[in-house]
Amino acid sequence: MKLLYFAWLREKIGQAEETLTPPQHILTVRDLIAWLRTRSPGHAAAFADTRLIRCAIGQEFASLDSPLDSAAELAFFPPVTGG
Amino acid sequence: MAESPRILVQAADFNPGAELARLAGAEVGGIASFTGIVRAGQGAGPRVSALTLEHYPGMTEAALSKIAARAQARWALTGCTIIHRIGRLLPGENIVFVAAASAHRGAALRAVEFLIDYLKTSAPFWKAEELETGERRWVAARAADDAAAAAWNARGVGGAAARENKE
Repeated sequence: MKLLYFAWLREKIGQAEETLTPPQHILTVRDLIAWLRTRSPGHAAAFADTRLIRCAIGQEFASLDSPLDSAAELAFFPPVTGG
Repeated sequence: MAESPRILVQAADFNPGAELARLAGAEVGGIASFTGIVRAGQGAGPRVSALTLEHYPGMTEAALSKIAARAQARWALTGCTIIHRIGRLLPGENIVFVAAASAHRGAALRAVEFLIDYLKTSAPFWKAEELETGERRWVAARAADDAAAAAWNARGVGGAAARENKE
């Protein structure tokens, strides 16, 4: 699974993307966040407050309770601030 | 017959006058537009010396196309344009442009407001501010922007659109 990070999530994690294979018990985006927190202090800081996290699966907005299924690309980012 | 929307995500500046001219035509009764400009500041807070716009390539274009398609489904538009700049921008520079053309003013004016309201909450862009103090910070999303976009859903699709097309 290819993970993309944007804005301050990217800065806290220290990379724009990584390819990971989560364990089988990781079923939802929320599960994935909990697992990612354990990967490094940067991940832990980026994912500390899930209220500030938005995500997209396959470039479509998704909720934290969305199933991962066989998602190939998943992006994490803060609430959008364009315009 | 509505043209395909013109969707651009670019570092380069755009020319609002030229963009408006592209939307003109014999069946067009009016063209409405909104041009967003980088603002140095407001109130007592520190002034902004630059903004940097980051986006999610691929998803951004898809999200803007979806927003334009929603506007075209809701109002009888003859054309629709969304341009958003990315990269580092200075106060006074253009940042975003949306425009809608229609046989009647009501549809064009409302579609423009809808486009910019939705763009602010449904397109993957993020702004980082550089302040005159030397500090750099990510701009936080505003609850008022979410409320503005949500209000369009509350207005419903069928009734409002049917009325607005007749104005």
